[in-house]
Amino acid sequence: MNPGDFSTALPEVLIAIYAMAALLFGVYSGKDKAASLVLWATAAVFVLVALWIGTSSGSRTAFGGMFIDDAFARFAKVTVLVSAAAVLAIGQDYMSRRDLLRFEYPVLIALAVVGMMIMVSAGDLMALYMGLELQSLALYVVASLRRDNVKSTEAGLKYFVLGALSSGLLLYGASLTYGFAGTTLFSGIITTVHQGDMSMGLLFGLVFLLSGLAFKISAVPFHMWTPDVYEGSPTPVTAFFATAPKVAAMALIARLAEGAFGSAPKDWGQILALLSVASMYLGAVAAIGQKDIKRLMAYSSISHMGFALMGLAAGTAGGVKAMLIYMVIYVTMNVGAFAFILSMEKDGKPVTDIASLRMYSRREPLKALAILVLMFSLAGVPPMVGFFGKFYVLMAAVNAGMAWLAVLGVIASVIGAFYYLRIVYYMYFGEDRAGIDAGTMRPVAWAALMVSAVIMVVGVVNLFGVEALAQAAAGALVH
Amino acid sequence: MTVAAFAFYLFSITAVAAGVFVVTARNPVHSVLWLILAFLSSAGLFVLMGAEFVAMLLIIVYVGAVAVLFLFVVMMLDVDFSELKAEMAKYMPLGLLIGVVLLMEFFMVVGVWHASDAAEGLRAAVTPDVAQVQNTKALGMLLYDKYVFLFMIAGLILLVAMIGAIVLTMRRRKDVKRQNVLAQMWRDPAKAMELMDVKPGQGL
Repeated sequence: MNPGDFSTALPEVLIAIYAMAALLFGVYSGKDKAASLVLWATAAVFVLVALWIGTSSGSRTAFGGMFIDDAFARFAKVTVLVSAAAVLAIGQDYMSRRDLLRFEYPVLIALAVVGMMIMVSAGDLMALYMGLELQSLALYVVASLRRDNVKSTEAGLKYFVLGALSSGLLLYGASLTYGFAGTTLFSGIITTVHQGDMSMGLLFGLVFLLSGLAFKISAVPFHMWTPDVYEGSPTPVTAFFATAPKVAAMALIARLAEGAFGSAPKDWGQILALLSVASMYLGAVAAIGQKDIKRLMAYSSISHMGFALMGLAAGTAGGVKAMLIYMVIYVTMNVGAFAFILSMEKDGKPVTDIASLRMYSRREPLKALAILVLMFSLAGVPPMVGFFGKFYVLMAAVNAGMAWLAVLGVIASVIGAFYYLRIVYYMYFGEDRAGIDAGTMRPVAWAALMVSAVIMVVGVVNLFGVEALAQAAAGALVH
Repeated sequence: MTVAAFAFYLFSITAVAAGVFVVTARNPVHSVLWLILAFLSSAGLFVLMGAEFVAMLLIIVYVGAVAVLFLFVVMMLDVDFSELKAEMAKYMPLGLLIGVVLLMEFFMVVGVWHASDAAEGLRAAVTPDVAQVQNTKALGMLLYDKYVFLFMIAGLILLVAMIGAIVLTMRRRKDVKRQNVLAQMWRDPAKAMELMDVKPGQGL
């Protein structure tokens, strides 16, 4: 170690110190009265650090290569930080009104975000694992934050047990990889891996590593926990699960695949392609029967992860770029959708039944229109930005000679469109039963919904320059 | 057979056998005791490898603290373990089948296993030369210098675990009286007491 190493990881260090300071402040001030203040401060810190990271440049490593700060890591970090801040902001009202807002919640989210930032910067199997555990452990706790509710505690426990299992798989894969390569550094592993004659033991290690990580992005067949955890957790926590951790885990898979096994893209490409196809189809088909909007969003996220994996499976710089763009668009859509889901209530009680949306357009035409835009975008209907996300990954797959994967993706996308359009159908047609109250949305959530919907339409022009940034990020990762 | 080889086989056989008994013992308290035996045997193996510091840590931390804590928890918990085991027996055949399949696959891997040519050198490059420094110092150099980043994250993970335990279990109960130390200390005898001159036979 040399003293300069910590300055490379300064954003992480700062957020960790902030989290500890906020913890002390919360403990020594009037307990949960300080919670709202801590929450807004956390969101503000996230945004400031995101701005800071976004304006820095260059490519550095620290701690003997264990920590990598390059354009790819920065792209993922900014996405993670901004989405985490947005989710904290839209969930504040929900949490405080249901008496769930304790000052530990933003502190745990801040520590989870530190874990995610370490994940996307990891250059070593050990750093990868530590970041992942820091993130997961904080998420297990916030999943069961509503501890007097059976479903919430069940969600936390289920997430914990399956998460521990996936960590076991990951560690087993890491030890096999270490046994073969003799080093845990990605830069060291890649020198021992050669295309074509991959050792059987290393292949096993690779499969176990990818299985462990597939749990975290809930790719089929490691998706079983997702619907239950999404349904059981408090809705703001669900919104968080659907956004930042997914970006971090997806970036981690990209980093591991390209950084440590980049010289043999065919070997992991087929594994990712299989995960991708299975996720797209299961997500699209299983969501059709869902009546609870949180479970529906769970299957929707499984399906979206399938599309993002398609970009990675291509194994090219174009594929990584497509994956990054897809994740940014996915996160933006989800923040908007969850801002609305958080405001769904009837007589003060949260409602998650899709049928309660019947004829919503008659009561709140503007919000109904915003959700229509978001649903079209989630489904990938052409004029919206969501279509371009899908377009980029399909293009990447075709360019990498995986036309079959692209064709399967298009079919899955069409199947998936059904359940998004059904929500739109409910809002505009059928009988009016006043399933949810009008005018329950707080300004922050309303703004998040509208901004997200407007981005879905206006972003068509140039995607707000995200494409060039993603290009640079992918260039830093794939050599 | 040299003494070292004899000790190695003794410790390894004991460790494996104790490990088997941990899972099969009917009484959970016995399981913990077997676990302690397994820890002790592993500590012996570490001594044989020349890692005395790790061996002592294993005994002090695992046997001295963790296992004793386990013992307390097991004795305090009111869990019917036989019922849990009956539940487990239902899934046993499927679990065994999967286990056997996995095991066979791993044997196939071991059969064709070979490490990369560069592995030996890469593995040795990380650790300081054991002939030059004591193993305690070597461990310290790795933990607090080379891997200080991971060491710090481990600290954060423990912090999260602590916050989590408190968030999920602590309740502020309103029906109990708490000691207010400051109020006690700031109590002024002049205000708290009043001296009355009571005349005999009159009362207050």
